[in-house]
Amino acid sequence: MRKIFLPLLVITAALFAYSPYYINQAPYESTMLLVQKIFYYHFATWMAGATAVIVCGVASGYYLFKGSVVADRVAVATAELGVIFGAFGLISGTLWGRKAWGTWWAGDARVSMALVAELIFIGYLLVRKYGGPGSEKLSAAMGVFGAATAPFIYKSVDWWRTIHPKTSVMSSLNDTPGGVIMWNIVLFCTLAFMLLLTVVLAARMRLEELRADLDRLYLEAED
Amino acid sequence: MFARVALLVLKKDIAIELRSYEIISTTTFFAAACVTIFSFAFTRDDETMAMSAAGIVWIAIAFSGTLALSRTFERERYGETLKALLLAPASRPAIYVGKLLGILCLIFATEILVVPMVALMFQSPLFNRPGMLLGLLVTGTIGYAAVGTLFAAMLVRARTRDVMLPILLYPITIPVIIAGVEGTTALMLSPPDEAMASLWLALLAFFDVVFVTLSLWMFEPLMTE
Repeated sequence: MRKIFLPLLVITAALFAYSPYYINQAPYESTMLLVQKIFYYHFATWMAGATAVIVCGVASGYYLFKGSVVADRVAVATAELGVIFGAFGLISGTLWGRKAWGTWWAGDARVSMALVAELIFIGYLLVRKYGGPGSEKLSAAMGVFGAATAPFIYKSVDWWRTIHPKTSVMSSLNDTPGGVIMWNIVLFCTLAFMLLLTVVLAARMRLEELRADLDRLYLEAED
Repeated sequence: MFARVALLVLKKDIAIELRSYEIISTTTFFAAACVTIFSFAFTRDDETMAMSAAGIVWIAIAFSGTLALSRTFERERYGETLKALLLAPASRPAIYVGKLLGILCLIFATEILVVPMVALMFQSPLFNRPGMLLGLLVTGTIGYAAVGTLFAAMLVRARTRDVMLPILLYPITIPVIIAGVEGTTALMLSPPDEAMASLWLALLAFFDVVFVTLSLWMFEPLMTE
């Protein structure tokens, strides 16, 4: 990972530098005009955030049953990233809601469920920081339950009466004029955010590794 | 064997509780106090907001449930009996189910007081469809208690357990509380929206399956040192 870290970082930076120009090329959406362009980043952050949450759940489960230290590091790094991407997604979502629904917070099913997931992972970090000895296992249990709510968030818009766009909105893009380029930009932004997730995850895991090394050296010095 | 161990743990908890009535009396009192405070907060110009009753029932259950959970395991910790229980040659999931049943008995006992009390104080039509209300209460309580028992059990060893239990428990059980509140609200409409209520009931049953399965699965690795 350390060898390809720098090239990956450069590619991610290049994608992010180009994305505003690419988004600018998309045609205006018929009712929301300029504001619709929030969507490209909004969707991409949630994809990255959902990936982080699911990876965190799997890594937490693996840590619980196998006791693998690496899995624990992945879990804590992805939990932090999930909170950050989730916060960005919630903020861009409220901006969107202000324009599309006329209110900052509509109390809609998916938005509420996304906030719940955000709270679960903030709880994860709180337990991790203030739980005292043995908090790794506590937070791992939290991670597994947090990931279990992710499918509910995804499906909530299809089950409940709500104003958030349904999951079918993506596949309908191909049939509208200018939809193909919009679809391409969505994929482009998603790729950029996924790469960002990978790069930050690698850096965060390295930090955790160094921290563990430092702790070990302290203990050796004390003996 | 599994059922026998679970029932033995349940019997033990009930026997201890019946000696002092400590948890049952404190949690029901706390729930009653909660409802009373809400009845002041939600009364405007002598006209009580009947529809807020659904939320109040579930909040009172969630708050007093936390009290029951932490006291049950605090007692185990105080007597160092949880270690003995885990050392016993019994399967861990069976012990978990036994503790869960004990907690469920406590919360159901609280509900027997809280639900009629809310119906009375808020003059709300909670009992429009008693069967469906019972279903919502049972499934909702199982979902809440399943997660609660797991987290309360593993927090026994943590230093900051009093703060940590609500922090861990509330975010995870919000979906259960939401489903309970929405389902109960649908039942109070006139006429009651049975289709809506049964949708929420199905969702609650789904949550129960997910939460109980995950808890049974994780209890063993979480309770080993």
